[in-house]
Amino acid sequence: MSIARTWASAARVLRQLRHDPRTLGLLLVVPCVLVGLLAWVFDGTAVFNRIGAALLAVFPFVVMFLVTSVTTLRERQSGTLERLLTTPLGRFDLIGGYALAFGLVAVVQALAASGFAVWVCGLQVAGPAWLLVAVAVADAVLGTALGLFVSAFATSEFQAVQFMPAVILPQFLLCGLLVPRAQMPTVLSRVSDVLPLSYAVDAMGTVTTRTDAAGSALADVGIVAGFALGAVVLGALTLRRRTP
Amino acid sequence: MSAAPAAPQPCVEVDDLRVDRGGVRVIDGLTVRVPTGRVVGLLGPSGCGKSTLLRSVVGVQRVAAGRVRVLGHPAGSAQLRRRVAYLTQAPSVYDDLTVRENLRYFAKVLCAPRDDVQRVLELVDLGEQADSLTSRLSGGQRSRVGLASALLGRPELLVLDEPTVGLDPLLRAQLWELFGRLAGAGATLLVSSHVMDEAARCDRLLLMREGRLLADDTVAGLLADTGATDVEHALVTLILRDRSAASA
Ligand SMILES: Nc1ncnc2c1ncn2[C@@H]1O[C@H](COP(=O)(O)OP(=O)(O)O)[C@@H](O)[C@H]1O
Ligand SMILES: [Mg+2]
Repeated sequence: MSIARTWASAARVLRQLRHDPRTLGLLLVVPCVLVGLLAWVFDGTAVFNRIGAALLAVFPFVVMFLVTSVTTLRERQSGTLERLLTTPLGRFDLIGGYALAFGLVAVVQALAASGFAVWVCGLQVAGPAWLLVAVAVADAVLGTALGLFVSAFATSEFQAVQFMPAVILPQFLLCGLLVPRAQMPTVLSRVSDVLPLSYAVDAMGTVTTRTDAAGSALADVGIVAGFALGAVVLGALTLRRRTP
Repeated sequence: MSAAPAAPQPCVEVDDLRVDRGGVRVIDGLTVRVPTGRVVGLLGPSGCGKSTLLRSVVGVQRVAAGRVRVLGHPAGSAQLRRRVAYLTQAPSVYDDLTVRENLRYFAKVLCAPRDDVQRVLELVDLGEQADSLTSRLSGGQRSRVGLASALLGRPELLVLDEPTVGLDPLLRAQLWELFGRLAGAGATLLVSSHVMDEAARCDRLLLMREGRLLADDTVAGLLADTGATDVEHALVTLILRDRSAASA
């Protein structure tokens, strides 16, 4: 793995995004609008504080999953991937580049969305607020890695988008947002134990409710990061230099 | 034969290559040598396996059997990654980057010097479009962006899959001149095409049909062998000969 080539790939992905200001705008504005809408819907209740924080974990995951699966599918289909794999670029350079680029986008997105949630919508955060961003970034990298992985199984952008409900909705249903995980049927709560989004949502919950959140939330972030690393390796395995 | 005495080691050596794609044998026991420092044209009807052979040479094709060596190393090995350049048949460039941004990225990946970007831009005559978004270019301009990226870092072997498709005659002539100059400077070019009038510009021609090699000769040798007056007729003659041999 080469730092220079990883960084060059990340810079290239960011440049592609820069030429697509509409996508960039959607990435930053949509989460804020949804958080605002949520605060308005639950105006005057305590629900916003619980769901709002969880949503800050869900956004980067969903968005980066979608963006990466479509971008890498394009890369596979346009022939640029085949071309790149004949150069000294290693597959971890490429995946690392994607993770770095979308991780950076996630930092900005998380700053915008959590800033909006805290200062405009009045989300109450008991623990250190930077942890909101840390969780969001780990989640974004996870979304990026999973998106990269599933793009190997899609042959069109339509299919790539269909993977979103398949991979994300089950995690969304089981992450504890709708029903606390402890109150789910045993089988479901076991399943939710092995789904990364559960830990991200747990971490967000801890940060908003506990002043001594750092230790426990960071442990959850570590678990999410572990899943992300696993997904990166799986994603790398799908980048084959020799294809049939 | 025009082969020089004490010919240097061939740039590409393919021995008994067999490739299956989609459960069908598309290259069936192909053996060929590509001499160093020459422009070698790969001709044949569409679907005969030209792209598959080129993919095998750059090491991105899964092969069923056989041996492919490039510059003395197994095709696709790490030592070759900066010495062999590959232009895919469909332009493999990023549509949402400018021409210059595309080339800068490939230059970084290849560890080519930064000023190489300007050099290759001028070689393919894209200086004026350097800061245009690639998606806004015409088909011929886009394919030249791909060609420019293949020229970065001065590779020793250029594997070009139909590099002149969609180009106007003047530009095509310029590019073939460029290929000749590169070969003159010692590079080897393996160029596929289905435009027969381009073939006359190659030092050697490989004619393929249905995954096999029908001929491997100079243009003059080919014309003499078939009694044809141009390459197109020579190819037709060879294919008809091959067909009647198969049915006999
Ligand atoms: N991705 C693929 N999967 C299965 N078969 C393929 C694929 N690509 C090409 N083929 C088949 O392999 C044969 C040779 O194709 P190709 O090498 O692209 O020919 P050419 O470049 O000479 O037009 C064709 O019969 C084609 O249908
Ligand atoms: Mg082809």
